[in-house]
Amino acid sequence: MDTALQASSTAPAPWGRVRRSRYVADKTLRIVCTIFTGIGAIALGWILLMLLYQGLTALSPAVFANTTPGPMTQGGGIINAITGSLILTFLGIVVATPVGIMAGTYLAEYGKGSKLASVIRFVNDILLAAPSILIGLFVYTLMVQPMGGYSGWAGGVALAIIAVPVIVRTTEDMLRLVPGSLREAGVALGAPMSVVIRSISWRAARSGMVTGVLLATARIAGETAPLLFTALNNNFWFRADLMGGVSNLPVMIYQFALSPYQNWRELAWAGALVITLSILALSVVARLLFKKDSVR
Amino acid sequence: MVAVSQQQLVMSMDTSIRRAPKSSSDTLFRLASFGSALLVLIVLAGIIGSMIWGGLPAFREFGLGFITSSVWDVQRDQYGAWVAIVGTLTTAFIALLIGVPISLGIAIFLTQLCPPWLKRPVATTIELLAAVPSIIYGMWGLFVFAPLFAKFVQIPVSQIVEGLPIFGTILYARVPSGVGILTAGIILAIMIIPFIASVARDILDQVPPILRESAYGIGCTTWEVVRHVLLPQAGVSIIGAIMLGLGRALGETMAVTFVVGNANRLSASFFDPGSTIASRIANEFNEAIGLQLNALMALGCILFLVTFLVLVLARLLIARVKVN
Repeated sequence: MDTALQASSTAPAPWGRVRRSRYVADKTLRIVCTIFTGIGAIALGWILLMLLYQGLTALSPAVFANTTPGPMTQGGGIINAITGSLILTFLGIVVATPVGIMAGTYLAEYGKGSKLASVIRFVNDILLAAPSILIGLFVYTLMVQPMGGYSGWAGGVALAIIAVPVIVRTTEDMLRLVPGSLREAGVALGAPMSVVIRSISWRAARSGMVTGVLLATARIAGETAPLLFTALNNNFWFRADLMGGVSNLPVMIYQFALSPYQNWRELAWAGALVITLSILALSVVARLLFKKDSVR
Repeated sequence: MVAVSQQQLVMSMDTSIRRAPKSSSDTLFRLASFGSALLVLIVLAGIIGSMIWGGLPAFREFGLGFITSSVWDVQRDQYGAWVAIVGTLTTAFIALLIGVPISLGIAIFLTQLCPPWLKRPVATTIELLAAVPSIIYGMWGLFVFAPLFAKFVQIPVSQIVEGLPIFGTILYARVPSGVGILTAGIILAIMIIPFIASVARDILDQVPPILRESAYGIGCTTWEVVRHVLLPQAGVSIIGAIMLGLGRALGETMAVTFVVGNANRLSASFFDPGSTIASRIANEFNEAIGLQLNALMALGCILFLVTFLVLVLARLLIARVKVN
C-alpha cells in the first residue's frame, strides 16, 4: 500500500499539471533529506575507517601481552587496561542486573498505573539521560571520599548506576508485551504472584530481557566520565582487592591520547579500536537476539 | 498493587475456593522488587543531595555572584561559573543548529522517502553511530577533524573576515589550532544526530498511516504531506526529541573535553577555545582541593539543574502526544 503510493508519486505521469513551486518544494525536500542521510552515513564511515586504520596500525601481539608503559619507555601494551575494563564492566552489570530486572518487574507487574510507579518511571527516564559525569561526582561523594581513595568498587557502582535505568526500561517494556491471559492462566492454577512472574512472565520475556542486559553492557563498557573520579586509572597491574586506581580502557585512552608520547598515542588508538569493536559486536548480537525472538 | 487486587478479585469470585497459604517467599519477592524500584528514586535523590551538599560552601562563599562571575582563579581561590555556563550553552546551541535539520532530514528520509530495501541498513547504521563511545568521537575530533577544520575553515575564514566589523571578531581565529567552541559544537552535533533521528523516526512512524494516505490520495506532494500532515501531528513530540538531544549535548563530557580547548576566559570568537561545565569538572576535579572542589560540585549542581529541566520538558512534550 505504502510502497505503491510512493511509487505512484515518484512516477512522472501524475506530475502533469502541477504548479512549479510545488514541484520545486517537493524535489528540494527529497534531495535535502537524502543528502542529510548521506552525511550521517559518511560521518560514521569516516570515523570507523579512521579508527580501523589507526587501530590496526597500532595493534600487535605485544599490545595484548604487556602492561601500559611508563613515560619515555618504548613499546608496552594495554593488557592491564583490558582486564580492568572487563572487571569493572562485569562488576557494574552484576550489580545492575538484579536491581534493574526487579525494578522493571515492579513497574510492569505490581506498580502498573499507580502514582508511585509513574513517578519511578519518570525518574528512571531522567536517569537514563542524565550526564554521566554527574554520576561520577555522586559516587565520588558516596564511596571515594568515605573509603579514603579511588577503587574499582566505586567504578563498578558508578557503571551500575548507568546500567540500571537501561535494564529497568527494557525489562518493563518486554514484560508488558507478555499477554495478560498467560498470567491469568497461571493465577487460575493457584500459583502465587511471585511464581507467576518467575515462571510465566520472565520466561516469556526472557530474550528481550537478555537483550536489555547486553545493551546495558555495551553502554557502560565505553563510559569514561564516571570512571574519572572513581576507578581513575593505573599504569600497572592493579591490586587484587581493587583498592586504589584500577586501570581501564576508557580512561587509559583519554590519558594516552592527550599525552605527548608517540607510543602512548598509538596504544590509545589500539585501545579505542578494541573497545569500539567489542561494543559494536555486543549491540549487533543484542539486536540479532531480539530480532530472532520477535520473528518467532 | 493493582496486580494483587486483580488476583484477589479472581479468587473472590467463588468464596468456596481454597486459597493458597500466603507464602513468605511471595512476600519476599514482592518486597525485593519494590525495594529495587525505590532504589531508582533513592539514586536520583542521592545525586541531587550530593551535588547540593558538595556545592553549598561555594554558593555560600560567592552567593549569586558565583553564576555571574567569569573569574576562575585557583591561585586566589576565586571561582565563578559564567565562562563555563556560556561555553556549555553555546556549544549545545551550535550542536542543535547543525544537528536538528540533519536528524529531521534523516527521520523524514527513513519514514517517507527511503526504498524499503535500504531502510534497515540505514536505520542500523544510525543506531550503531549512537553506540560508539563518546571518547572515540573526541579522539576523531582532535586528531582527524580539528587539523582539517583549521586548514580548510579557520584559516581561510579568518583571512576573509579580518578587519570586518562584527564578523572580524566572532569568526576570527587568533590561533588557528582547529579546537574551540565551534569545533566542539560540530562534534556534539554528530553525536546527537543518531539520538534525535531515531526518536523522531519512531514518532513519525506513530502517525496513523491513514492520514498520510488520504493526503497522498488528494494529490499532495511529499513536501506537503510533511508540512501539513506530519508536522501538525507530530510537531510537539519532535520538539521533545530535540530536547532529549539537547540534554545529551549539555552533559556530554569526553568528546567536548578533547576538542573545546579548555581555555579559561570568555572570548567573542567562535573559533577560540573555551570550556564547558562538564569539561571543566573532568579536567580539574582530580587535582582539586578545598573550595575549588566545592566550586566544581556547584558547577555540577548547575549542570544537573539545567539538564533536569530540559529532560523533564522533553518527557512532558513526548508524553503529551502519546496521550492524544
